[in-house]
Amino acid sequence: MAEVLFFIAATGAIAGAIGVVALRNAFYAVLALVGHLLSLAALFLLLRSEFVAAAQVVVYAGAVMVLYVFVVAYVGGEDMPIRGTAAGLRIVAPLFAVVLLVELCIATLGSGLKAIDGEGAGFDPAFGSPAQIGELFLTKFLLAFEIASFLLLVAAVGAVMLARRRRGLDEGDRDDSTPLDIPRPALTGTMAEAVHSGEATGRGDRDRGGW
Amino acid sequence: MSATTYGWLVLAFPLAGTVVISLLYRRLPGRTAGWIGTAAIGLSFLASVGALLALLDHPHEERQLVSSLYDYASTAGVDGQLSILIDPLSVFMMLVVSGVSALIHLYSVSYLASDRGYSRFFAYLNFFVFSMLLLVEAGNFLMLIVGWAFVGAASYLLISFWYRRTTATGAGIKAFVINVIGDVGLVLGTYFIFKHVGTLDFLATFERVPDEFSTNQGDLVAGCVLLLVGAFAKSAQIPLHTWLPDAMEGPTPVSALIHAATMVTAGVYLIARMHPLFEQAPAAADVGAVVGCLTLIVAATIGLAATDLKRVIAYSTMSQIGYMIMGVSAGAYAAGLFHLMTHAFFKALLFMAAGSLIGAMAGVQSLDRMSGFRRAMPFTFGCFVIGGLALAGVPPFSGFFSKDEILLLVGERGGWHWILYVVGYIGAFLTAVYTFRMIFRAFLGEPVDEARELEQGHVHHADVPRNPANDEEEDTDVGFPGPEHHIAERAGEMRGAMAVLAVGAVVAGVLQVPGTTHVIESFLEPTFAESRLFEAETSTGLTVLGLVLGTVLGLGGIAVAYRLWVQRPDAPARIRERLSAPYRLFANKWYFDELYDAAIVRPGAALGRFAQETFERVFVDRALIGGATGIVRAGSSAVRSAQTGFLRYYAALLLLGLTGLALYFLLVS
Amino acid sequence: MAIGWYLAVSAFIFCIGAAGVVTRRNPLVVLLCLELMLNAGNLALIAFSRMHGTGDGQIFALIVMVVAACEVTIGLGLIVALYRRRLPIDVDELSELRG
Repeated sequence: MAEVLFFIAATGAIAGAIGVVALRNAFYAVLALVGHLLSLAALFLLLRSEFVAAAQVVVYAGAVMVLYVFVVAYVGGEDMPIRGTAAGLRIVAPLFAVVLLVELCIATLGSGLKAIDGEGAGFDPAFGSPAQIGELFLTKFLLAFEIASFLLLVAAVGAVMLARRRRGLDEGDRDDSTPLDIPRPALTGTMAEAVHSGEATGRGDRDRGGW
Repeated sequence: MSATTYGWLVLAFPLAGTVVISLLYRRLPGRTAGWIGTAAIGLSFLASVGALLALLDHPHEERQLVSSLYDYASTAGVDGQLSILIDPLSVFMMLVVSGVSALIHLYSVSYLASDRGYSRFFAYLNFFVFSMLLLVEAGNFLMLIVGWAFVGAASYLLISFWYRRTTATGAGIKAFVINVIGDVGLVLGTYFIFKHVGTLDFLATFERVPDEFSTNQGDLVAGCVLLLVGAFAKSAQIPLHTWLPDAMEGPTPVSALIHAATMVTAGVYLIARMHPLFEQAPAAADVGAVVGCLTLIVAATIGLAATDLKRVIAYSTMSQIGYMIMGVSAGAYAAGLFHLMTHAFFKALLFMAAGSLIGAMAGVQSLDRMSGFRRAMPFTFGCFVIGGLALAGVPPFSGFFSKDEILLLVGERGGWHWILYVVGYIGAFLTAVYTFRMIFRAFLGEPVDEARELEQGHVHHADVPRNPANDEEEDTDVGFPGPEHHIAERAGEMRGAMAVLAVGAVVAGVLQVPGTTHVIESFLEPTFAESRLFEAETSTGLTVLGLVLGTVLGLGGIAVAYRLWVQRPDAPARIRERLSAPYRLFANKWYFDELYDAAIVRPGAALGRFAQETFERVFVDRALIGGATGIVRAGSSAVRSAQTGFLRYYAALLLLGLTGLALYFLLVS
Repeated sequence: MAIGWYLAVSAFIFCIGAAGVVTRRNPLVVLLCLELMLNAGNLALIAFSRMHGTGDGQIFALIVMVVAACEVTIGLGLIVALYRRRLPIDVDELSELRG
């Protein structure tokens, strides 16, 4: 029974992964990822990690993916074919991915580690339960816990900084020119001014940042 | 106090004077710097007298005392110490240097009184006296070289004292460059000697010379000739003499002190001090004698044709130093040093009087414009006459006895030294002629306007100050001479100094009359104890011949000058026309400057131009530097091309790297 | 199932994600592929945690989820900022940081 469930979940995960990579429309790619995440949650359950599975569904598939959906809806994913500036990448990338796959398999499966042939350690009722997770977080991994929360704070502040508007409504004619609209040497000023100057005077070798 | 303590004091006073004046130069009002400088040298002279008395307390054989203050480096076989040697020779030089310097300082107190650079002058002058005393008191080659170099530096500073005059700065550079050639000779010569002797200390060196060197051994001759190069550069002997006439650009006290009495005598001192080396290498000594003789006759001929007052006196200095060099090279040490002393007296006197005369002429130095100052400046005239008689070698003035003693001992050597003897007396005749040519032209005859003004009691002042050499306009601010001109008749300090020197020029002869008194010789005997040539026997016949010949030539020269420039004033012009080729040779200073310009200066400048335009521009700038930067730029642009800015490339490279790493680890394990 | 199977699945997903990062042009999709790789890592961690029987791997996986969430936040903020300034949402066009 467990094997059947495993195969279904694994197939779902891999299908979702391929979908993310292969689908043209960004929206469909997000949905593929959601499917992939749910399959992964199933796999976690099969591995007896209930709390992590729940967290995966609630946090990842729930919050993070919703965030993605919002952004995709705002930005819009145009259909873009894989027509990079170098066709060579189209061939090289999958090739190296396959090579990497082979290496990883050899590394993990061929490593002679006996335990991976088994089903894992003995059954422990508290394994994977929230109680065990909580206890570990607050004793053995307290530092990681605190740093993770700090990281979340930093990310939140950063996101606010990045996405805020500078002035008024940002539609129509943008008038973000500063009073000192003098030509600036390359690579100086804030990022906004650098970006603007690139657009205003046209890109060119001026921005090459020369000697 | 011991003699060596006095020796250190002699050095300390001028050094203190320099430091005090240099640090306080802005705050010293009026003539204070002058009095501080004079007091410093005066104290130094008193300390020299003290050293003399202390030295005389020692028994005759023990009069060579060394005192070492500091050990710079005693490693690798080189013993570098800060040490002085107090022996009769150095005490003699100390007395002459500090005595004459003190009088010249006194003279300068009023001579430069209105100059904006007054304090700077006395700081430099004190520094010069310190360096010269260091040179004569040096106890080893190291301190000698240090003193030698300092003296050259002080000479440069003082020649270009009026530094806004381009002629003065050019002259200073010329003097310095030629001095450096001498410095190189001195240092290389020291090396050649040190190579065999193994020590820098004088007394130890002199002891080892007979053992380490055979007579006229190659290294010793080379070393001595190189030392002679140093002596010739410092003492303005041919061929390194071209700086001395130009050095007259400095103020007159500088000419009096440095280029008459002290610095140019450093070469004479060097040869006398190194006499054990020169006696072991007679070939080098002969070179010195020949060059000295050559210089004295060439300088005398140029003096006949020169028209600038100070330059006539400069050439007479060159000529007299030629006598001294010839003397000490031929073994007449006491005579040569005695002539050094008397020459210091009368030459400093002549320069001081010349300074007074130039002051009356408001800075003009050309003999062509001077005439008839006898009634206007009696004191100056008297000093000129006394100095001139001493220079011309007329008894009983001191110059007669000293010059005669040298020529006597040179003739006594015999062999080819007779040529030097004859040339020396010809030079004496010419000396009398040109000296009194100068005096008669300046003081007798019709008074010029400046003289008439002075007779009415008013010193002439030019409306626009001008450079006497090239008539450029100047002002009287710092870097140029001051607005006032001082003459001896008006300034007590100048008169006092000149009077003392005049007395010395007259009476000093009694110290060493040939054949009779031997004060100098017996005083210097401990230094020259092991010399073969020092106490040479002189035959009475030659002595009498020399005295008579000297007197006749001296008076005869004065008579010739009187006839040509006073009785028959048109005669010199006629002689000049008839002997126009020799006249041009003499007037152009035997074309030495032109020769050096063509042989050394122009090729040097051409080499410099080639180096800059061709070598520097093409090779260094384009090939070396351009090549290096080009390689760096090419390399960095090659590396830069990897930074394409495409995210996917970077990601692909990451992936590639990861794959490679994993492969490596797989294979390794 | 043997733990080895889970590891194989994890490797598979990781490589698919890597190929996607290199291949896609839309930065949103690139971020999604990054998520794939992170999830693959999570799967491997949980598998090993089960293998050992301790909860350490799960803690690690939770922290990875936190980091992934932060990274997604910032990444999406960047994309929104790009969009606001009318820049093309295409990693090939955004190549000013070059030498």
